[in-house]
Amino acid sequence: MRHIISILIENESGALSRVAGLFSARSYNIESLTVAPTEDATLSRMTLVTFGSDEIVEQITKQLNKLIDVVKLIDISLSDHIERELMMVKVRAEGGTREEVKRLADIFRGNIVDVTPTTYVIEVTGEKSKLDAFLQTVDSTDILEVVRSGATGILRGDKGLYL
Amino acid sequence: MELSGGEILIQCLKDEGVEFIFGYPGGSVLHIYDALFQQDAVKHILVRHEQGATHAADGYARVTGKPGVVLVTSGPGATNTVTGIATAYMDSIPMVVFTGQVPRPVIGSDAFQEADIVGITRPCVKHNFLVNDVSKLAETVKKAFYIATTGRPGPVLVDIPKDVTDPRIKIPYEYPSVVSLRSYHPQSKGHRGQIKRAAEMLLSARRLMIYSGGGVVLGNGSDELTELTRWLGAPITNTLMGLGAYPGTDRQFVGMLGMHGTYEANMAMHECDVLLAIGARFDDRVTGKLAEFCPDAKIIHIDVDPASISKTVRVDVPIVGDVAPVLRELLDLLKSSGQKPDAEALMAWWQRVEFWRSLNCLQYERSNEVIKPQFVIEQLYEVTAGDAIITSDVGQHQMWTAQYYKFNQPRRWLNSGGLGTMGYGMPAAIGAKLACPDREVACVTGEASIQMCIQELGTALQYMTPIKIINLNNRFMGMVRQWQEFIYESRYSHSYMDTIPDFVKLAQAYGHVGMKIEKPGEVRQALEEAFKLKDRVVFLDFITDPTENVYPMIEAGKAHHDMRLAPGTNSARELA
Ligand SMILES: Cc1cc2nc3c(=O)[nH]c(=O)nc-3n(C[C@H](O)[C@H](O)[C@H](O)COP(=O)(O)OP(=O)(O)OC[C@H]3O[C@@H](n4cnc5c(N)ncnc54)[C@H](O)[C@@H]3O)c2cc1C
Ligand SMILES: Cc1ncc(C[n+]2csc(CCOP(=O)(O)OP(=O)(O)O)c2C)c(N)n1
Repeated sequence: MRHIISILIENESGALSRVAGLFSARSYNIESLTVAPTEDATLSRMTLVTFGSDEIVEQITKQLNKLIDVVKLIDISLSDHIERELMMVKVRAEGGTREEVKRLADIFRGNIVDVTPTTYVIEVTGEKSKLDAFLQTVDSTDILEVVRSGATGILRGDKGLYL
Repeated sequence: MELSGGEILIQCLKDEGVEFIFGYPGGSVLHIYDALFQQDAVKHILVRHEQGATHAADGYARVTGKPGVVLVTSGPGATNTVTGIATAYMDSIPMVVFTGQVPRPVIGSDAFQEADIVGITRPCVKHNFLVNDVSKLAETVKKAFYIATTGRPGPVLVDIPKDVTDPRIKIPYEYPSVVSLRSYHPQSKGHRGQIKRAAEMLLSARRLMIYSGGGVVLGNGSDELTELTRWLGAPITNTLMGLGAYPGTDRQFVGMLGMHGTYEANMAMHECDVLLAIGARFDDRVTGKLAEFCPDAKIIHIDVDPASISKTVRVDVPIVGDVAPVLRELLDLLKSSGQKPDAEALMAWWQRVEFWRSLNCLQYERSNEVIKPQFVIEQLYEVTAGDAIITSDVGQHQMWTAQYYKFNQPRRWLNSGGLGTMGYGMPAAIGAKLACPDREVACVTGEASIQMCIQELGTALQYMTPIKIINLNNRFMGMVRQWQEFIYESRYSHSYMDTIPDFVKLAQAYGHVGMKIEKPGEVRQALEEAFKLKDRVVFLDFITDPTENVYPMIEAGKAHHDMRLAPGTNSARELA
């Protein structure tokens, strides 16, 4: 199953490579990993998307918890949560396809954030499945470049990942 | 008190109560060596190779329970420690390694003797640090010792750029008395509810087996383990790392389990209905084929590291905590329950175990012509009255020592179990002898392993550590040869060396006593003579049977009841 693990980690040099190294050393799957500062300058928040059997995901959370730099973590996919990912897609937009692409972007509530006579850059946010669906809808020969941020997420309601 | 970085480091070591630091100097640690020179509270042991420093520190740590401390220079000095750090990591040994680093302004520029040792060692340390400011040095050292010695112990590396130890920059020094890390809280007490469940399960068992490991040694839980085992009356086995935590000569002890464990230990694992696992990590050398591991058993597992629990084998009652307090609580609960395990079931269980034991799986063919390696270990056991500290290298000799030397005390048996590092034995013996100068220390080794750190014979002379080296010289990498015999139809691919040195002359060249023993009749006398030479290192080169194999053996991928026994031994199945 797919799991989204949210991690508060010391904002120390090398902390990211400890996590990345753990995954490669123990050959755990990693779908995406994002990391950025938080409102507390001493902490970074990392969102890690992984998949595996229950046993493997249990080991993953235990091994992550064992890293000295990891302050706290939760598997947000086990509770009610919101998942978002940002994607920017550069597509060929010429002649007839120009209108078609714009229409598709509207359907997915995407924004066209850059326009040239021959290209658009479309920004789409949402769950992984929505972004995947958008990519499937656009004619693949028109896609010039895809950049995805990797998933981030947060728990709904009072629950959360606090110190 | 205003001190420079170099002085701060040495002062921290004093404040930590460090007796010995095992090291080797070089450019980036010269400021530290200069500070070391101006004091004599912390004794520096100059090794001959940085790998030796880590193994010696490791040996010191295993016998004392205190962290071993290492100091080396940047680049090659640091990379030479990697094998020793990984060895300590796999066996959960507390160690603090200080490495010099190039000055901060040139880090990352491929400077002379620069190596990213923090990056290189990341997967084989419990934690590591790069000290980027002298004001953080004392606090970092404190954290390093704290992390290395608490919870599941392990090696911690502290990388110190040369300019951080600059003698011209002095700052006020204070060693923190406590340290707290918001991200690190090792758990000591176990969960009360789980301990209760464990007690109930133990009382309801009809065929209970106790399987304990290195965690009992590391956590100083021998007394509690022994008391609990006696109270329960059940058979107990130890892993290779757990030997000595329960008295090896006790009737309830059925020997080591696993790949080269005894017939009775492995069979009892296979047929037990409750397994009590204590400070052991279900290593593949122990479990054999996972799908057939303890097929009828409910499993209780006590371990300080949650990640050790249900890692390879799912357990029914997990207890996260430190062995000694958890076992104490479990014992109190059992004693106050007013119940005892079913006596009749226990007797029937013991009958079965005794039957397995009666097959005498460790018997071997005696010889008057050629020295049997097992015989040397039996004699070593007698000559040292079972009371010596024994280190070993890796191979057949290691297994024979584990099988034939009956350890009655913890912290007497030092070997590399997890990483299986050839070259560990002799430097570890030096570290152990420094820690326990009044105790006999012997290193059991093979002619291949001993050559991996042979240079430390020089260290042994310089610091007068009169260890005894028991070289079981079978002219083969015996363990490799055995696998090749069994699995590769005796194609002995590169497991033989035809230029083995004259070890007697080699020992003498280093200033030690060398003996060559070729006849079984000379073994006893040679050992006695060697141990009488109280203040000399003695290298005993025993020319042993090159064809001898280690039995029993569970070949990789097979289950506990599927053992290969010594030729001439009947298995229970054959007898039935
Ligand atoms: C050639 C060769 C052959 C081998 N054959 C065998 C064999 O036949 N049989 C065998 O047993 N081994 C064998 N080994 C060794 C094997 O590879 C493992 O090293 C060993 O089995 C692990 O022992 P252990 O389970 O006791 O764990 P250790 O590595 O000693 O780990 C200790 C465990 O205890 C926990 N712990 C630590 N401190 C505490 C505490 N205070 N409280 C609670 N828990 C704690 C740790 O978290 C860890 O899970 C062999 C090795 C070699 C090199
Ligand atoms: C550093 C290292 N390299 C290789 C091995 C693989 N290995 C395991 S046992 C062994 C042979 C050891 O031979 P020896 O020291 O003579 O001991 P014996 O098995 O003959 O008792 C080898 C090569 C190892 N464990 N460690």
